[in-house]
Amino acid sequence: MKPVLEIANLSVGFPDGTAAVRGVSLRVMPGETHCVVGESGCGKSVTALSVMNLLPRGASRSASVMRFQDHDLTRMADRHIARLRGDKMAMIFQEPMTSLNPAYTIGSQMAEVLERHRHVSRAKGLDRAAELLEKVGITAPGMRLAQYPHQLSGGLRQRVMIAMALMCDPELLIADEPTTALDVTVQAQILRLLKSLQQQLGLALLLITHDLGVVARMAQRVSVMYAGQVVESATAEALFAAPAHPYTQGLLRCVPIPGKTPHDEPLGSIPGVVPRIGGRFTGCAFRDRCAHAAPACEGDIPTRHLSHDHETICTRPPA
Amino acid sequence: MIDVRNVFRHFESRSGLFAESRVVRAVDGLSFSLESGGVLGIVGESGCGKSTLGRLILGLLPPSAGEILIEGKNLLALDRRERARLIQPVFQDPFSSLNPRQRVREIVGLPLAAQGAMPTAKQRDAVMDMLARVGLPDTMADRFPAQLSGGQRQRVAIARALVLRPRIVVCDEPTSALDVSVQAQILNLLADLRKDLGLTYIFISHNLAVVEHVATEVAVMYLGRFVEHGPAQPLFAAPRHPYTKALLASVLTPEPGIPIPDVGLGDNYPDPSNVPAGCRFHPRCPAAMDRCRSDTPPAASREGRVTECFLAA
Repeated sequence: MKPVLEIANLSVGFPDGTAAVRGVSLRVMPGETHCVVGESGCGKSVTALSVMNLLPRGASRSASVMRFQDHDLTRMADRHIARLRGDKMAMIFQEPMTSLNPAYTIGSQMAEVLERHRHVSRAKGLDRAAELLEKVGITAPGMRLAQYPHQLSGGLRQRVMIAMALMCDPELLIADEPTTALDVTVQAQILRLLKSLQQQLGLALLLITHDLGVVARMAQRVSVMYAGQVVESATAEALFAAPAHPYTQGLLRCVPIPGKTPHDEPLGSIPGVVPRIGGRFTGCAFRDRCAHAAPACEGDIPTRHLSHDHETICTRPPA
Repeated sequence: MIDVRNVFRHFESRSGLFAESRVVRAVDGLSFSLESGGVLGIVGESGCGKSTLGRLILGLLPPSAGEILIEGKNLLALDRRERARLIQPVFQDPFSSLNPRQRVREIVGLPLAAQGAMPTAKQRDAVMDMLARVGLPDTMADRFPAQLSGGQRQRVAIARALVLRPRIVVCDEPTSALDVSVQAQILNLLADLRKDLGLTYIFISHNLAVVEHVATEVAVMYLGRFVEHGPAQPLFAAPRHPYTKALLASVLTPEPGIPIPDVGLGDNYPDPSNVPAGCRFHPRCPAAMDRCRSDTPPAASREGRVTECFLAA
């Protein structure tokens, strides 16, 4: 099977000299949820934005492969990528309030997507919008179409964002922290919705999150990012059963699990802070915070294959 | 230590110039007490009134009715300096709660300076001692907040809260803006400081897994009331109120192979200016009965736990 999205050696730099993404490779298969997990500043959102060609002005991007279906995104003109965006590849963001236009009704914003990409009439666009609002679990879609974003709750707005992303039957949906701004009870509902839509429609879902709980419940594949690199990549099952990179291991120990994490002991934590990485950085970016750091960590870091679909970059041989 | 007696806090809100004003019942008749050295975790969805309660206990807001006693003294009868020596806050966003134009040593020293009558050298020592306790090296004392990471800023906020050696700290979402690895550092720090300095915490958070880890007792807040309140471990092990059950079910732990729960509460958080009759949770409750729509459930108390639900009575 051909991947829906394939990225190899993606690097993104910013004018201030920060290397935000350093050689990221990942593939998203049809019907698969691929989670990119990491802390703030690790480059996960920048990776997503470079796929959509939405990087801020001044950012420099290079990749040996960046392919969406049969489109070579490294060679496509901006206006051609813009035609794919919102059509065959769609994206939803963390804060639906800032992604929706406050001055237009929900219906008008949703219909516009079809008008622009499919050149259909406003009436047809509104029909499709109503159909999708129903699909994402919104009752009385007719009433919602006439409302403005501020009249909806956060959970409803995120449902509208999802419906809007589905207007043109995308093959790839990129969701950047789609539930981070929501209450836990609503988060569960939205994740259930995303999962069921994905299964119904056979969507490839690239889910960006900082939350390992979300990863565990959603992902088939996981890429763990740290300081602009994918430090470990595996199936969700393998990653949680046998995390290999010291960063992944540390991250998992930081999250308390009710009823399991002992109360009288301190939580596991990772000392120190994420380093600022410039263009000329060499060696392992995690070495200053790593309990296993050795002189070899300042040199080139080998990629280690733990199985055919579980790999990590670390100088330590796998246990 | 803390004694909250039938406290209400209502706000008037007007949505337009000619609109009728509505009363938002942010805190709606709360009574509880907290022993010295305890950690009361307060959980609930956004808008449930948990931050308003935190501000009431800090004395930043007066209650509309009822009274709050700290060590037997009415909070409103204390002057600002006395109150500052008893209770201090740590807020969510360490960036907006620190003055960007002050150096770390000035920020942490300000509460001491505001109390007055402490020699400069002694003040300096107290600040440096506090910075060491929160794990900040001496070299940080001359930095500005913008030069620090999120975790370091939160350490500064904690140092400022503790420099007067208060008895109570109100932590309002203290780790919500932080990355998980840093969150763990700060939670461990707060736990160590509580032991070393004998502190009592009010710990407000939307993150149930965090509250489960730090709290000795938990209050689940819904539309301005505690719908369930009791010792932490039994409450988490066997929740009695349907709302507590739903909240607990929606915690996504990093354990693969478990389906995403169907919490079944819907997307809409109820409106605190339009509190439903009967049990305030009944419109969202999967177990609602006829009487829940008309009668207010009494506070049922069993094994030190108070639950406002007919099913728990």
